[in-house]
Amino acid sequence: MARALINVPPRAKKGDIIEIRTLISHPMETGYRAGFNGSLIPRDIIRSFVCLYNDIEVFRAEFSPAVAANPFISFHTMATESGKLTFRWTGDKDFDVTETQEIVVE
Amino acid sequence: MIFRVCLAVLAILTASQLQAGEIAPEQRRSAYDTMSAGTRAMQDDDMANPATLWVLDGEALWSQPAGATQKSCADCHGDAKISMKGRAARYPQFDATTGGVVDLEQQINYCRRERQKATPLAFESHELLALSAWVSLQSRGARIEASTDPAAQKAIEAGRRLFTERRGQLNLSCAQCHDDNWGRSLAGATIPQGHPNGYPLYRLEWQSLGSMRRRLRNCLSGMRAELWPQDAPEYDDLEIYLMSRASSLTMESPAVRP
Ligand code: HEC
Ligand code: HEC
Repeated sequence: MARALINVPPRAKKGDIIEIRTLISHPMETGYRAGFNGSLIPRDIIRSFVCLYNDIEVFRAEFSPAVAANPFISFHTMATESGKLTFRWTGDKDFDVTETQEIVVE
Repeated sequence: MIFRVCLAVLAILTASQLQAGEIAPEQRRSAYDTMSAGTRAMQDDDMANPATLWVLDGEALWSQPAGATQKSCADCHGDAKISMKGRAARYPQFDATTGGVVDLEQQINYCRRERQKATPLAFESHELLALSAWVSLQSRGARIEASTDPAAQKAIEAGRRLFTERRGQLNLSCAQCHDDNWGRSLAGATIPQGHPNGYPLYRLEWQSLGSMRRRLRNCLSGMRAELWPQDAPEYDDLEIYLMSRASSLTMESPAVRP
């Protein structure tokens, strides 16, 4: 199973701009490399990443084969209310990982 | 006065242990020092260092029962943060029972085979790298001390010989790059002094964590030399020599390298 690491400040003041960082284990196989017998290694990449803040989409990224293995993403959003951040990575070979984090906004 | 005489004697002693061309202790530098700011930032922040993904798997494996005994590493060693503190800075070691050099990965596999009665983990497998990353992390910041074990000196000498011998189609020795030309450029890379203080480490070129042995095989094929088999004692000798050559540097495992 893919391991994901998420860094969200556990507390923030309403209106604060917060930084969110994620790291996930994934080979990001480009589909352009040849294996030992000369045949192409099939593409196996994460294709999309979405972050929902209390079910509202606040960030989305589309991935290409040029993205390195174990992708690290850092982005900002505004702390609006306490609740749940949902992170979802989907890609080739039915890759589908969802993680959640709580945030307290005062 | 006496103090100064002592210092002078000490300087002579240390100098006499160094051989021509070897890097003096005060000139020893980790490859970290010549990395780009971006790569350093990656290593400095565990959240951005992809090696953390292996560390977390290693931490989980540490308390997972395995083998016929159904014992976990934690059952015998307890909290790794205490029991494994500073240990990786003293590997490889000379092992009296086998009469050979044992590196950290081999020691972990020894515990698996003999103490857990489990099948040893494959060389360079995700699980072995994860465990070795988790154990090595407990030595971050620890100072490397050259082994004073008299039994280890023969292996260190053998490693030194391998390091200074020319080999491969390019007819180069390790020392020609890492002792004589460190700090200069080789194609796009800065030649580092070649220290083992960050292993296992995440190499951007590999897109993965890798062991010291993988690095050595990498340099050997760069020299267009024939690779020794995966379990050849030559690697053990080189590894134990490299640790003695790196004494006084601090451990960075698991580091990041370009
Ligand atoms: C049945 C008990 C037992 C189990 C299970 C066990 N070990 Fe050990 N291990 C020992 C003993 C005994 C030693 C030698 C004494 C010492 O150094 O602690 C040792 C030594 C070590 C050392 C060397 C420490 C040093 O300072 O030289 C490492 C590293 C190590 N074990 C890692 C592991 C790992 C990783 C696992 C799980 C995969 C594991 N061990 C499972 C008993 C065990
Ligand atoms: C032609 C020059 C050259 C030769 C010969 C060479 N290396 Fe290297 N070595 C390099 C370069 C360049 C790097 C750094 C690669 C990079 O990070 O891009 C390196 C990296 C290393 C490292 C890793 C250092 C770190 O901080 O991660 C070690 C250890 C090492 N070499 C050992 C050896 C040994 C042992 C030999 C002999 C078997 C050897 N090298 C032969 C050029 C050389």
